Amino acid sequence: MNDNRAIISINNLTKTFGDVVVAVDNVTIDIIEGEFFALLGPSGCGKTTLLRMLAGFENPNEGRILIDGQDMVGIQPNRRPVNMVFQSYAVFPHMTVAENVGYGLKVDGVNMAEARPRITEALSLVQLDGYEDRMPDQLSGGQRQRVALARALIKKPKVLLLDEPLSALDAKLREQMQLELVRLQQSVGITFVIVTHDQDEALSMADRIAVMEDGRVRQLAPPSELYEFPNCRFVADFIGKTNLFKATTRGTEGSNVILEIKGLGEVAIPFKGQAENDISIAIRPEKVRLSGTEPSGDAIKISGKVIQVAYYGDESHILLENPTGVVITANVPNDSREAQGRIVEGDDMWISWSAADTLVLTE
Amino acid sequence: MEDWRKNKFAFGIFIGPATFWLVLFFMLPLAVVWVYSFGGRGPQGQTIITFSLANYQRALEWIHLGIIWKSAWIAGIATLLCLLMGFPLAKGIAFAPAKWKNPLLLIVILPFWTNLLIRTYSWIAVLRTRGHLNFALEWLHDKTDMAMTFLGLPELMGTFHPLALLYNQSAVIIGLVYVHLPFMVLPLYASMEKLDRSYLEASLDLGAGHWRTLFNVTVPLVKPGILSGVLLTYILSIGSFLTPDLLGGTESMMIGNLIAQQFGSSRDWAFGSALSFLLMYATFIILWIKTVNAKDGEATGI
Repeated sequence: MNDNRAIISINNLTKTFGDVVVAVDNVTIDIIEGEFFALLGPSGCGKTTLLRMLAGFENPNEGRILIDGQDMVGIQPNRRPVNMVFQSYAVFPHMTVAENVGYGLKVDGVNMAEARPRITEALSLVQLDGYEDRMPDQLSGGQRQRVALARALIKKPKVLLLDEPLSALDAKLREQMQLELVRLQQSVGITFVIVTHDQDEALSMADRIAVMEDGRVRQLAPPSELYEFPNCRFVADFIGKTNLFKATTRGTEGSNVILEIKGLGEVAIPFKGQAENDISIAIRPEKVRLSGTEPSGDAIKISGKVIQVAYYGDESHILLENPTGVVITANVPNDSREAQGRIVEGDDMWISWSAADTLVLTE
Repeated sequence: MEDWRKNKFAFGIFIGPATFWLVLFFMLPLAVVWVYSFGGRGPQGQTIITFSLANYQRALEWIHLGIIWKSAWIAGIATLLCLLMGFPLAKGIAFAPAKWKNPLLLIVILPFWTNLLIRTYSWIAVLRTRGHLNFALEWLHDKTDMAMTFLGLPELMGTFHPLALLYNQSAVIIGLVYVHLPFMVLPLYASMEKLDRSYLEASLDLGAGHWRTLFNVTVPLVKPGILSGVLLTYILSIGSFLTPDLLGGTESMMIGNLIAQQFGSSRDWAFGSALSFLLMYATFIILWIKTVNAKDGEATGI
């Protein structure tokens, strides 16, 4: 198996609905064999349409899809080497679990003697041993999803497509299934392509993520790169939480750009790109320090009054308002039992961070 | 809002008029007919209440069993044709773009805006010996004949003999299918509309073709709709009177016509009443089968 072989090549793919709605706009992506790939974006960004084009349920207006080198244009869903786990799971309610899982084998003409052990194996893979004769309405949502997974994986597809697979599960189960999906993907070695609007889901599971907005891919990178080095305001804002400030360029100084920002004054930040007029800086709320007195040194700093303390158990989010009206959030870990209540509304505080942690965004 | 069911006075006011109407004009006459069915025909054609089962015994004579059997058979063929035509139609409407659904459904029920009698007479105009269909066939025949002559094969087609399309069983079946198709389409549409498309997509995704998906997924999932449509069409067809009366011949008499005959020309109301009740008992049995089936469906989550 080649390390970087593209199992799916999406070239200049465009899909419009009617004359006005451009669901997918000139998208080009290579998905590498064996990776866990996520399509992430807000609802209506075209990620599901893109997935449905891979499965064959929608036809592109322009562009090509190659799956394992084979052009998919005009190939019906039942002839494609991919299988899908639907958002609603679509587990057939009139069939037992075994009949559901064995459906794809029966369609392929596999006889019962050969299918039985494979069904048992597939159910064991998703930890549903012994559930063969249950009806779907006797299963919980999480179990139905496992049936849908087993039903798709038993076909040994080249790529498994998952459409918002965890959205119908409750928070606790969702977290558990995230880990399990990763384990499953590693054990079967099949390429997974997952569509999700949940950034936590994408960050924790995927090897690489394509962030989509309005039918276009805004950034395609591994999770940590997306979070630490977003390439535009949309990605910085969509992935995680961020403090965003509009800036005015005042010039350059060595490898630094000098920016003037309301509430912060003039700051020097390392920046390699072209300093334009439409420029912003961003700082993640967990990368700032909160102090009662003015921090010394050359850190970027801002002072203000605490206007809100939001308690989340493991951490608290402190909102600080500068006299100029600028509001900034700091996430503070509640690292001891006494931590809660240390900072209260109305306190005068300073927030500071290092220039190196600051993002400069030009788009 | 106050639960008016708990207020006996308000409850009475709401359901009173309808109950009164049904008891007076439906239940009471039905009871009279039921009593009549145990009576006999007097010398002047009047009904004498004799409390005998003679009418029911008579209904089971071969000549009447033949008519009952024929009714069941004609209604069965008509129902089957309705299902074969109605299923793709209902699926087409259910899967049509949202803005087309209501106009398409309207077209399906549009025939109800015209009186049944007039619609049935129109079929006579279409099917009779010198009717529209025979004219169309004759025209086609003549044109083919001309073409053959032109190709140097004169007289090959022979002369056109109009087809006997009216006053036989086929005409009755055509008429029944035409009248009852909407009763098949509407319940089918209702259950297909509720059908989650991802079941069909999942079947395709797992490698099944469109036919396999139809028989392994679509049909089992819309089974309640199929059952409702089939029973409704069958019950309406087996008891129909007007269509076989106008479009049928002597050999296509159905039980409805037999009953009408007893209350009309034969003046044997007692026997007519017995036949009516036999038809009603048959309908009850069919509906009971459906109820039992529906309960089974619920138990398995369909």
